[in-house]
Amino acid sequence: MKTILEYLDLQSMLRPEKTAFSDETGSRTFSEFKCAAERIGSALLHAGADREPVVVLLPRSVRMLSAMLGAMRAGCPYVPLDAELGNLRLTAIFEQVRPRFLIAEESTEALARSCGFAGETIRIEDAERTETDLCALADAYRRILDTDPAYIVFTSGSTGAPKGVIGKHSAMLDYAEQLTGVLRVTDADVFGMQAPLYVDACLKEILSVLRCGASLWIIPKRLFSAPMQLVQFLNEHAITTVCWVVPALTLISALHTFRETVPKTLKTVAFGSEVFPIRQLHLWQQYVPARYINLYGPTECTGMSCWYEIDRGFSEGDRIPIGRPFDNTEIMLLDEANRPADEGEICIRGVSLCHGYWNDPERTAKAFVQNPLRPEYPERIYRTGDLGRRNARGELEFLGRIDNQIKHMGHRIELGELEAAAEKIEGVGTACASFDPERKRLALAYTGEIEKAALTAALRGFVPEYLLPSKTLRLDAMPLTPNGKTDRRAVYALCFLKR
Amino acid sequence: MEALLEILSELHPDADFQTADRLVESGVLGSFDIVMLVTRIEEEFDVVIPARLITPETFRSAKTLYETILSLSEED
Repeated sequence: MKTILEYLDLQSMLRPEKTAFSDETGSRTFSEFKCAAERIGSALLHAGADREPVVVLLPRSVRMLSAMLGAMRAGCPYVPLDAELGNLRLTAIFEQVRPRFLIAEESTEALARSCGFAGETIRIEDAERTETDLCALADAYRRILDTDPAYIVFTSGSTGAPKGVIGKHSAMLDYAEQLTGVLRVTDADVFGMQAPLYVDACLKEILSVLRCGASLWIIPKRLFSAPMQLVQFLNEHAITTVCWVVPALTLISALHTFRETVPKTLKTVAFGSEVFPIRQLHLWQQYVPARYINLYGPTECTGMSCWYEIDRGFSEGDRIPIGRPFDNTEIMLLDEANRPADEGEICIRGVSLCHGYWNDPERTAKAFVQNPLRPEYPERIYRTGDLGRRNARGELEFLGRIDNQIKHMGHRIELGELEAAAEKIEGVGTACASFDPERKRLALAYTGEIEKAALTAALRGFVPEYLLPSKTLRLDAMPLTPNGKTDRRAVYALCFLKR
Repeated sequence: MEALLEILSELHPDADFQTADRLVESGVLGSFDIVMLVTRIEEEFDVVIPARLITPETFRSAKTLYETILSLSEED
């Protein structure tokens, strides 16, 4: 098996009429989904796409999923994007990838053009009407190797330039195998998807559907501001499995939703991205009898790398472990001298490793390095920049970051990206971002003549929504350390400790 | 109303909540801000905002939110 497309072929033979993917506007059966992907793939091949990145910029929908798999059908890695990423991020991505082809609709094509896209647009509605060219598709498929790029997803970069993580087919297949085993997915499962499609988090649901014949609902984003309606949605569609970021789960439990309604069909609740507050976890466990699984993994290692199923009670202040690695993945804890340690940087090896960052050998070489414990032959490991340790039971625990990366609203953010974006705005001298992990607030201190309100207005639509600071602070001068670097501790104190 | 405006501006010091409307749809309030906002309001006004009222409509503006809080206080 070379790619996950073979799962799709299999499902459309086994259960062609079963609904696979649904959103608010409609749904597609396995056979309809396969057909749509083949038509889109044919349109790309007719346009001359040749094993090159294809940007997909569409509203979060089943249609967008078809376009992603359609690009794959044509042997091209898909680059999933969304308008909510903001113009600055989109422009940087178009600049880095310089794609020849874009799959879009009218409104998103205009957005892409305004962000510097200069190639050929394939309109999704036309692509879906293209006649399937089985010969061209078969030829394209023959040329794919399982080590080829399957997708490129962009994540926050500390210098401001986003990093394009290149996932490969073999890693997707492995992930599908391991993850569906851990979640025990069957064709009776219905997933309720919270993740945006431009991050690798959405692979959990997509791969479960394709690998096991399950089905999935894309939950409208607006429901994540309305907890009752969200639970009603879960019940109405008999959702059995959710893989959500922690803030989406606490939205329900912290706002007394369980007093009025509870999810009745959930069997598996997987969560990740942030620490689950124990009090909120207890509420969930009290009202929703399900398996609770903590997942951990960096985008660079294709989805998730570790899992822990909650099997005992936790008290306030306890740390929920990230558990143990998926099969076929090894987690190494390395100290500063690259020696194995009980506590150290989490480093990962295995087939799940991505190729690196698109068009960025420097940052690739820094994060993907030779395995220091196996100097006898070439083998790359990924240095996550996360600190971990093993507890007395031998389970892995996540301790924090080595650098300035944070997790906010379920997204991975480099404070440097917000700083670099702010410094691009006229009237800003220097900028320093700061994060209060307790209250989950992001602040931006800056020097320069621009007014705070004008800066906030300039950032809106310029950076991804989740990167917008809730507070800005104008300073006469940036506090510096004795070495002349920005004094991040002082900025933190100014932003969060003083009123 | 002042107390509510103070809570809102603690959360987002830069937004003008006197005039802003469609707080959720326009992105002034992120979906996950709502948890913190509701918790603060409940502490300050000694009310419980039932989950059924936590919708973008309630959070349309500081005014609609304040009206909701008032009606809950009256119920008590």
